[in-house]
Amino acid sequence: MFSIVRKATIFTIVFLLIGGISFAADSIVIKGSTTVLPVAQGTLEAFMKANPGVQISLSGGGSGEGIKALIDKTTDIATSSREIKDKEVELAKSKGVKPVAHVVAFDAIIPVVHPRNKVTNLSIDQLSQIYQGKITNWKEVGGEDLRIVVISRDSSSGTFESWDHFVMKKAKVTPRAQMLASNGALVTAVAKNRYALAYLGIGYINPSVKPLMVNGIKASIQTAMSREYPMSRELYMYVNGEPGGAVAKYIAFVKSPAGQKIVAKEGFVPIVEVKKTGKKK
Amino acid sequence: MTRHTKEIIIKYIFFLFALVSVIVLGLIVFSLFREGLPLFGEVSVKDFIFGIEWYPTYDPPSFGILSLIVGSLIVTLIATLIAVPLGVMAAIYISEIAPQAIKEILKSVIELLAGLPSVVLGFFGMVIVAPWLQETFDLPTGLNIINASVILAIMAIPTISSISEDALYAVPREFKEASYALGATKFETIAKVIVPSAISGISTAVMLGMARAIGETMVVLMVAGGAAAIPESLFDSVRPMPASIAAEMGETPYRSPHYQALFAIGIVLFFLTLAFNLVADYVSHKFRQIGSGTL
Repeated sequence: MFSIVRKATIFTIVFLLIGGISFAADSIVIKGSTTVLPVAQGTLEAFMKANPGVQISLSGGGSGEGIKALIDKTTDIATSSREIKDKEVELAKSKGVKPVAHVVAFDAIIPVVHPRNKVTNLSIDQLSQIYQGKITNWKEVGGEDLRIVVISRDSSSGTFESWDHFVMKKAKVTPRAQMLASNGALVTAVAKNRYALAYLGIGYINPSVKPLMVNGIKASIQTAMSREYPMSRELYMYVNGEPGGAVAKYIAFVKSPAGQKIVAKEGFVPIVEVKKTGKKK
Repeated sequence: MTRHTKEIIIKYIFFLFALVSVIVLGLIVFSLFREGLPLFGEVSVKDFIFGIEWYPTYDPPSFGILSLIVGSLIVTLIATLIAVPLGVMAAIYISEIAPQAIKEILKSVIELLAGLPSVVLGFFGMVIVAPWLQETFDLPTGLNIINASVILAIMAIPTISSISEDALYAVPREFKEASYALGATKFETIAKVIVPSAISGISTAVMLGMARAIGETMVVLMVAGGAAAIPESLFDSVRPMPASIAAEMGETPYRSPHYQALFAIGIVLFFLTLAFNLVADYVSHKFRQIGSGTL
């Protein structure tokens, strides 16, 4: 009895020591973007079911947080809704980490309004004017005579960076804009406010908000994949170098047709053509 | 081992325990300053405190936090205006007027209020108060100063009420008896004898309530709206300092100027709460009752 306990203890210590240097082969830590969270969650559940020996822990925190964790070697996979920044690559190099990107899905960013709002289409230019605070009333873009309440994600979120990339092009978002901390908070705010204009990742669109067309093009899995819809972006999983074992297997699974089927089911756009599997909810 | 050495050993063990919190505080303050101060190599303290443009992720970035400071102060001030009368009156009722049974119920309900997680209150403000405010007053947004202040007031009431109540209890019996003996009514006794004798404790309660409100993060993150502009009306959205730190810390590159700026906001907050505590300390000394009324 005693020896079993002692063996277990020694094993645990050794395990932890190894874990501190290079992660144990059959446990994976994933951290990062809240946008990529549903993709990671869906794929890891299927992956763990197929590989019962593998333990995967997943947490959000944001793209920057994930990459930070990858650099600090506290995560195996960093999910991100933006490309890694040069500064981060430098910092990673100085710590002996080599971030390698894997594109796992596409996301489309869609402007949303309250379901009662009559506006159905905005051009990218109009969106930019509104977010800069130059257009402030819905009647200027074909709606009712109501003030526009501009809602944005926080300026450090990956979604904001994509919005900046597609719409603002480095122009400053008006300081009067409400900056909300999560996609969920944003859905709630828009669903309850008929003055509001906000933007969301395609995975967060639900019937409580009304998606707008952009430049006359309706956002959908099809138009995003064909790049006809002007605001779609890549979602990444970053790993350190060329990992072996479970991490490599998991990444391969996410990129496989089976994994991409889950991506589509979660409301994102798969990187390869997969059979249509009905939209989320 | 003699009894004397045992005593000494025990004394030092307790000293060590007492020291732990001091060390922890010291280390936290140290790291706060170590991470935050390097910012002032790039931005002057004046531009940081009095700049009104908070664009930390742009190129070039602007790190002006005046609108965040104003946001914090205004929600704290209004929350205090709401919470102080409610909290102090409740304390007076509980300690002086209420019959025993009601007292018991009230006290435990207020304690329960103190135990509500802030995220629950924030959610309440976001999903129930905000749409209600918006519909009732036909506002562009329900996530605004008033909403945040009301929710913060709800959070500050238990602090203010329970500390005030302790102060009121500590007023010696003789004071009341003397007052009644002079023919004062119950109201006169409360207004002219009991409350003035407990004023130092009540002021401490108010200050601690304010410190609670200014440092509260989750509520302002969820219901203040998050607009980093100096508000023009009480129905505008603001972005108090803790909300900025909480919302942005997760996605800033490690040790970038933005990261340092968030720590620097932490330093400002630290000084603000320190100021509240110092004022509370000063007030409680200044108005301290000498004699049997000493707290």
